[in-house]
Amino acid sequence: MIQIDYILRKITFSLMTLAAVIVFNFFLFRIIPGDPVAMISSPRMKPETRDLIREQYGLDKPIWLNLDAAREEDRFAAAFDSQFFYYLKNLSQGELGQSFRQKQPVADLIAMRLGPTILLILTGEIVAILLGTTLGIIAAWKAKSKIDALSMFVGLLAWSIPSFWMGIVLLTTARGYLPSGGYETIGAIFDSKLDHWLDIGRHLVLPALTMAITLFGSYIMVARSSSLEVLAEDYILTAKAKGLSTFKILWSHALKNAALPLATVIALDLGYALGGAIQIETIFSWPGIGRLMFDSIAQRDYPVLQGVFLLLAVSVISANFLADMTYLLLDPRVEA
Amino acid sequence: MDETKESFWRSFREKKVGVLGLAMLVFIILVAVLAPLIAPYDPNESVDATAADVLAPPSPEHILGQDEVGRDVLSLVIYGTRISLVVGFAASFIVILIGCVIGLIAGYFGGWVDTLLMRITDGILVIPALPLMLVIIAVAGRGIINIILVIGFLSWTYMARTVRSQVLSVKERQFVLRARAIGVSHFGIIVYHILPQVLPLIFASATLDVSYAILAEASLSFLGLGDPTMVSWGSTLNRAFMRGAVTNGAWWYLVPPGLALAWVTLSFAMLSNAVQEIINPRLRTHHLFDERKMVSLMHRITAPKIVDDAINEI
Repeated sequence: MIQIDYILRKITFSLMTLAAVIVFNFFLFRIIPGDPVAMISSPRMKPETRDLIREQYGLDKPIWLNLDAAREEDRFAAAFDSQFFYYLKNLSQGELGQSFRQKQPVADLIAMRLGPTILLILTGEIVAILLGTTLGIIAAWKAKSKIDALSMFVGLLAWSIPSFWMGIVLLTTARGYLPSGGYETIGAIFDSKLDHWLDIGRHLVLPALTMAITLFGSYIMVARSSSLEVLAEDYILTAKAKGLSTFKILWSHALKNAALPLATVIALDLGYALGGAIQIETIFSWPGIGRLMFDSIAQRDYPVLQGVFLLLAVSVISANFLADMTYLLLDPRVEA
Repeated sequence: MDETKESFWRSFREKKVGVLGLAMLVFIILVAVLAPLIAPYDPNESVDATAADVLAPPSPEHILGQDEVGRDVLSLVIYGTRISLVVGFAASFIVILIGCVIGLIAGYFGGWVDTLLMRITDGILVIPALPLMLVIIAVAGRGIINIILVIGFLSWTYMARTVRSQVLSVKERQFVLRARAIGVSHFGIIVYHILPQVLPLIFASATLDVSYAILAEASLSFLGLGDPTMVSWGSTLNRAFMRGAVTNGAWWYLVPPGLALAWVTLSFAMLSNAVQEIINPRLRTHHLFDERKMVSLMHRITAPKIVDDAINEI
């Protein structure tokens, strides 16, 4: 019963946060000074054309509630004929509006960029998890030794360096050896699918490495602290007494128990990694969501910015919900 | 009070990490204050640059070389200290203010007030901070005031949670119950009896907020959303990146601002580590609780426990 209560509470919380983000997202982009129509029209247009655009985008309607229409038509439903409800209706149909600059629906632009971002984050995460967990468990096993101190130092260093600077340093160092940016060699004709993939892989090395380095500092520390706790348990001593090999103990006992706290951290990280991708994708011209956000800021392309922000917020909220659920697996007695 | 202060200093001096962090911090503050005296050149002055000055490597006249318009990189980094520290301290001031008020009210009154305030706090915690800051600055404009406000108003959540949990334990203590029994007002109890008990913790976590704010400003400026009228580490890196320092391999232009950022972040983390250990030696609680805190903070670039562990280990 407590568990159902907990799950329901977390669902309600996630939905309410989502609702707040949706309302905020609408509101924020209405406080931009100036006429939104001016951004999509040219000054040479006739006033009638502008009015037409205004009507097309629903900008002639009131912002929150259309009370005048409700009164005139004497129909309650007409009150919802407003910009806000227009926005909600479009959103529910997956319609995020039209880009100011690229004359393309925002949803299409985002869908195009989603693949590269997922590829980048997944690769970065996997490398970070493998490296971070291994180093963290070794550090815990050899606690208080030089290896421990060294891996903690590396973790701390990776944690304190801003990701955009890490990216720049890697880019400058690897100049000439690896492609400096982009997703694939532009204009190249590939003999086979495999060649194409290899080309993408070569472009992926630097951005994914940057992402892995920024993430793995925290994984070393989490893996170390949770394995330390496990290694102090009596059953590890029993395992040692039984004569199990070091590797076997680490693998089947320590890692298994350190896995869930790590899963929580990773679930939370996935959402945030999207945010971190903004800096990395900007540096490496990686055609993903982050780069799209950067470009739309530079070009004042507000509908795109609005759509991307909504997507990021939804991912982080869902990742948090997932993390809350892994908590339940971890310790069924969780509260709040 | 003086006695506790003295004993605090005595224990602080024993923490080598804390003393080193403080020394690093004092150094950087001195650099910021004395910038016009130490910097060999004034970065706001226009330079008559020749082709040889563009991205020139280090030389006796320019120890860290020159940027793409011939300015002295060392002077840019020295002046960048100012904006970083101003943003860091000003934003943390907002963080302390909001975090304290929310944490005190939620912890003291409890009940639905607490539930409501904490749900709002958690809600803000799950919205990705950097993208939100980007979106707001892009819409509201890139002035230094806007940057400080955005960072301050989006970073108080951890402070509120810390203050709240401390208030929860303090409010059950004898002297608070007695004050209430003799009819001291809620306001009086909060300000005169509870706040002084929570204050040390507030300062400890505010030190981490400063370094978070500094990194946030650097990220915003790097993405081109910094105050265009000011020289900061982030905006210096932005220009270096955009104007060909990478393709020219001008490491003297790229490396120093990043090292300066790492220097400041580390100094605050070390300082906070020592302070937290003195005021609250039993800080380490259940690992589940701590990791959750750690993760939400790792992304707010403030991770007390884990970072503390790492510092202690080294």
